[in-house]
Amino acid sequence: MHSRTSDRADVRAPLRASASDGLKIVVVGGFGVGKTTMVQSVSEIRPLSTEETMTQAGVGIDDASFVQSKTTTTVAFDFGRISLDEQMVLYLFGAPGQERFWFLWDRLFAGTLGAVVLVDTNRLADSWYAIDRLEYHGTPFIVARNNFTEPQHTLEEVRDALDLPSDVPVIDCDARDRDSSKAVLVALARHLYSLSTSSAARETTA
Amino acid sequence: MIRGPLDSEDPDRLYTVTGGRSRADESVFDMVTLIVSESEPSLGMQSEHVKILRMCRRPMAVVEISSYLGMPVSVVKILLCDLLDTGKITARHPHAARPDNGGLPEPETLKKVLVALQNL
Repeated sequence: MHSRTSDRADVRAPLRASASDGLKIVVVGGFGVGKTTMVQSVSEIRPLSTEETMTQAGVGIDDASFVQSKTTTTVAFDFGRISLDEQMVLYLFGAPGQERFWFLWDRLFAGTLGAVVLVDTNRLADSWYAIDRLEYHGTPFIVARNNFTEPQHTLEEVRDALDLPSDVPVIDCDARDRDSSKAVLVALARHLYSLSTSSAARETTA
Repeated sequence: MIRGPLDSEDPDRLYTVTGGRSRADESVFDMVTLIVSESEPSLGMQSEHVKILRMCRRPMAVVEISSYLGMPVSVVKILLCDLLDTGKITARHPHAARPDNGGLPEPETLKKVLVALQNL
């Protein structure tokens, strides 16, 4: 899944000079579920990776004995890019849903349009925490099941197992396939558009 | 995929390139703010600044600069603050994204995103 080079993408393919508006979508999922693969399938550049670090002070900042409790959180993430038009550029981030990642959510992913929760039906429990956090941050999301093999469950069973509200789309995909990964992004964009036009657009807590 | 040398990065180097400062004004740059060079590198300029100015002759997002320099996003933001303060770069901040109140972008923006993705 990692380190496969793509002939299609030039690592330094520059943006249009008119590019002026960056947008973010995040693909969240457990290790090995296919986040990087999905980013790679649709990105116009070979996926890149970087890190962010955050130093968290421990409790009792006035007490020198607590100095040792200062910890540094480092989160690595992959990303790709899709130029949408003359101005808009969509950045697609693949991020692990583990606990420490969410400490950096506000700092890195404030203003994210929405998220794709990529799930493996054999390890659905890996997604519970990510879904809980997205709901907490008020980030709209869809769930995409990556089918490496013939699925054992119906999508309705997945919805029930994840206890998802009825308005959250749940779809199948093959993250290795460009059209399929594109369809996932289209499904998310359609969901976002529908939320924005709905008079019942839910109030977010972010 | 490019794996940066971040894991083995010497903290002293990051301290040096930032002049010891530990935080930039976080609100200035988003991870997807697009940076554009407004001047050529000049003699005596810090090497990271030179690299950024060369990289950003065409617009480039903060997170891409971070990846190419092999430095954490927060360190890159500090370097960019220097360049912005001295007018060497301009920053194109995201404006279609979700507003701070947590609401969704305008339907017309999302419609454009939807149509563009369908046409890929």
